[in-house]
Amino acid sequence: MSEQVREQVRERETRRLDRVVVRFAGDSGDGMQLTGEQFTSETAAFGNDLSTLPDFPAEIRAPAGSPAGVSGFQLHFSDHDILTPGDAPDVLVAMNPAALKAYLKDLPPGADLIVNTDAFTGGNLKKAGYSADPLTDGTVDKYRVHKVPLTSMTINAVNAAEGVAGAVNKKEAERAKNMFALGLMSWLYHRPTSGTEDFLRQKFKKRPEIAAANVAAFRAGFNYGETTESFSVTYEVAPARMKSGTYRRISGNLALSYGLIAAGELTGLPVFLGSYPITPASDILHELSKHKQFGVRTFQAEDEIAGIGAALGASFGGSLGVTTTSGPGVALKAETIGLAVSLELPLVVVDIQRGGPSTGLPTKTEQADLLQAMFGRNGEAPVPIVAPRSPADCFHAAIEAARLATKYRTPVFLLSDGYLANGSEPWLLPTRDELPELKVEFATEPNHDGEFWPYLRDPQTLARPWAVPGTPGLEHRIGGIEKADGIGTISYDPANHDKMVRLRQAKVDGIAADIPPLEVEDPSGSARVLVLGWGSTYGPIAAAARRVRAKGLQVAQAHLRHLNPFPANTGEVLRSYDRVLVPEMNLGQLRTLVRAEFLVDAIGYNQVRGLPFKAAELAGVLEDVINQ
Amino acid sequence: MTVTTNGKVSAGRVTNRLLDLVPAAPGPQSRKDFASDQEVRWCPGCGDYAILSTVQGFLPELGVARENIVFISGIGCSSRFPYYLQTYGMHSIHGRAPAIATGLATSRPDLSVWVITGDGDSLSIGGNHLLHALRRNVNIKILMFNNRIYGLTKGQYSPTSEVGKITKSTPYGSLDRPYNPTSLTLGAEATFVARSIDSDRQHLTSVLRAAAEHPGAAFVEIFQNCNIFNDGAFDTMKDRDTRDDVTLRLDHGQPLVFGADGTKAIRRAADGGLEVGAAGDEGVLVHDAHAVDPSQQFALSRLTGDTHGVTPIGVFRDVDVPSYDEELNTQIDRAKARQGEGDLMSLIAGKETWSIS
Repeated sequence: MSEQVREQVRERETRRLDRVVVRFAGDSGDGMQLTGEQFTSETAAFGNDLSTLPDFPAEIRAPAGSPAGVSGFQLHFSDHDILTPGDAPDVLVAMNPAALKAYLKDLPPGADLIVNTDAFTGGNLKKAGYSADPLTDGTVDKYRVHKVPLTSMTINAVNAAEGVAGAVNKKEAERAKNMFALGLMSWLYHRPTSGTEDFLRQKFKKRPEIAAANVAAFRAGFNYGETTESFSVTYEVAPARMKSGTYRRISGNLALSYGLIAAGELTGLPVFLGSYPITPASDILHELSKHKQFGVRTFQAEDEIAGIGAALGASFGGSLGVTTTSGPGVALKAETIGLAVSLELPLVVVDIQRGGPSTGLPTKTEQADLLQAMFGRNGEAPVPIVAPRSPADCFHAAIEAARLATKYRTPVFLLSDGYLANGSEPWLLPTRDELPELKVEFATEPNHDGEFWPYLRDPQTLARPWAVPGTPGLEHRIGGIEKADGIGTISYDPANHDKMVRLRQAKVDGIAADIPPLEVEDPSGSARVLVLGWGSTYGPIAAAARRVRAKGLQVAQAHLRHLNPFPANTGEVLRSYDRVLVPEMNLGQLRTLVRAEFLVDAIGYNQVRGLPFKAAELAGVLEDVINQ
Repeated sequence: MTVTTNGKVSAGRVTNRLLDLVPAAPGPQSRKDFASDQEVRWCPGCGDYAILSTVQGFLPELGVARENIVFISGIGCSSRFPYYLQTYGMHSIHGRAPAIATGLATSRPDLSVWVITGDGDSLSIGGNHLLHALRRNVNIKILMFNNRIYGLTKGQYSPTSEVGKITKSTPYGSLDRPYNPTSLTLGAEATFVARSIDSDRQHLTSVLRAAAEHPGAAFVEIFQNCNIFNDGAFDTMKDRDTRDDVTLRLDHGQPLVFGADGTKAIRRAADGGLEVGAAGDEGVLVHDAHAVDPSQQFALSRLTGDTHGVTPIGVFRDVDVPSYDEELNTQIDRAKARQGEGDLMSLIAGKETWSIS
């Protein structure tokens, strides 16, 4: 490094920020998810609070260089606790013209734009749909543009690295360009780098020359930042003050998988997952299939119906039966869920919601399966519904779903979505003592004058006894035909059917007494407007509420974790406000339910864009409702 | 089999390496031990009665504890079967019994799991599950009652009905070409395929025994008469005067000879298929149910009364390969042996954590 450059480095300003949103974007084969994940790991290690949002196409390899094939990863990190992956990026790293085309509209004026100029060739511009070079025709004038020949500098760095030259070909060298970008961003935001180097050596353990190439590219990117004049400012975001304890970073699908394994241990039941691959739920099947040492059985079925069928069969045998899917799969499983309602056996049905109807938007998020979960079966077939509010909360929500399923002998819906599934955040790890005890007792003795009556209910929970095959003296037959109350034999008696329908409903309704009341957050205590949400909208709604409160307005927030039944005090809470606003990523499904159930004239704010709400936009909606 | 003076059968007659995982009956059992208190409600004269009686008579031979036996059915007349057996049972939904049984059998190797189904249930709405349960070789025994008609919905044609069948839904005759269930299941990589007849108690018992002795998925087609909607479908195979001339009894290792006087035999035809010849002909085939290559077994499955004037019954195929459930449970045992029992708290903590004080 020359003296002159050193001088510049010393003089370079370091600006302190309270939060930053960065987005990495490139071709879906460019390794943008990995780059984003690794930048996030560095950020977690540094101690910031964070929230992430990957955005990728449904096609595995959409035409290279086309906007349809762009894969993005957004990270929001801060020195305080944050609730969303951020509305708009402060920095966009665009690895090619298509990435610029796809995401420039999201970038606010004045934001930093880092572009890989090597990719801005005539052919790539054309594939991206640009008729002129956007870097020179005024398109990017509003931004602080950093033109970096990322590809060629990566190749040079790799070729210059010891023990690498000649061992990797040009294509392999070029593929390390995402690590050059990561190095540059790591420098720009003062991220710790040793974790990334360790990660690369571990990841390419079997090909040390590839590891060395990537490390070389990563270091070159970092050093480039230090020497170039393109960046006059670097940024620091101090660690967040978070609750003391041990943290890890976790995505929703991973947290949900761990929650299911935990539920198995807490209930004392072996977990059986019957599943059919479907985006965005497959990760849970992948994860659970790794953990056989926990006695977890995973079964990749021939279809969605067999997946849930096998899970229900395992439940009959005393396992914790689980099936995982997304909306289209739920439609196929509906008949078996109805059977589980009739058999009154535990079953956890995980729906990672995505854009619908039909195939819809497989990789995008939506909350439009609430009514399907609530009503999507023939006959009166009530099913409890639990919905997590954040990626880490998926762990606890899975345990809660298993608690209700085993205690009340019922299928339970766990409604996550694509945003929670793939998004991640720091998670304050629970201790073993903080997890609930859920031990399940099977029936072992006759319960009626020396006979076993499979539908003789617990008077408190209305749950029926769970007698598993292998228990002598309790041999019994169950089925989807209506059963006589108590004894459980086939019955077509009109009065008995009326009674059984009401009993099954009363059992589910009774859960309201076994779940926490709906809590309201209203720091002022004088809000007249309540914003009510469920599931993954918690972050954006809470962030929006903070914003309007910061302006001196009052708003109360309540968030439903249990959608069926609702907490016992829900009606009372809703009726105590002048106006109730229900933002949802659907056309008003929760709003329909609360209107029907509580006769409250709730107002909807609804979007189905495949993306989570933006806090700023929701804050505007809240202000409008408050000021009405 | 040891039969005691009171008609009870001593435990432990049927055995295989998977059945050995199921607890043995504490003492001798009899047919009565397997009859439930439910009134049997099939139409008078239905072939299902005979099958129920044969199964109840056979179960003591299994020699396993009654509470470790489970019957799972789908929907249809035959699927009422579990209600009439004093074992654990589930009357599930249309076509899905193999899927439900798969979950039960793979998670509970200490159970003997049986599926009861019909031609509509298993070959139409549940065709997919049947094929995959067989190809995976899950340790379940599937008894498929084939009456070549829909009974419970009152008489529509089924996937095994002959072309041109006049039924309520096909007043001008059915157009679909039927499945041959044995050909279908042999094509699906089934490791055990057999066929029997409702009214032939002795033969059906021998086939049930062979199915129980098979360590893996077993498919048994049982010709069953529906005397209401398709009466007499299998009469030529039941009538004393005709049955021996139209029925080929398959016995492993025995020449494929049949006929009232044992004069007819099966030999290879010029076109590669099979044909009926005389017992004295050269090249009379010997049945090999254990052959890994299913070609000859499949060729036998193509013999029908309509095409060749003869229908085989007995065990077409019986080959021993590892079952899905024992392989899955081996993976679990190995994972536990290699990594020790899972530790939940270290699992959820993962490799990258940080502490804030």
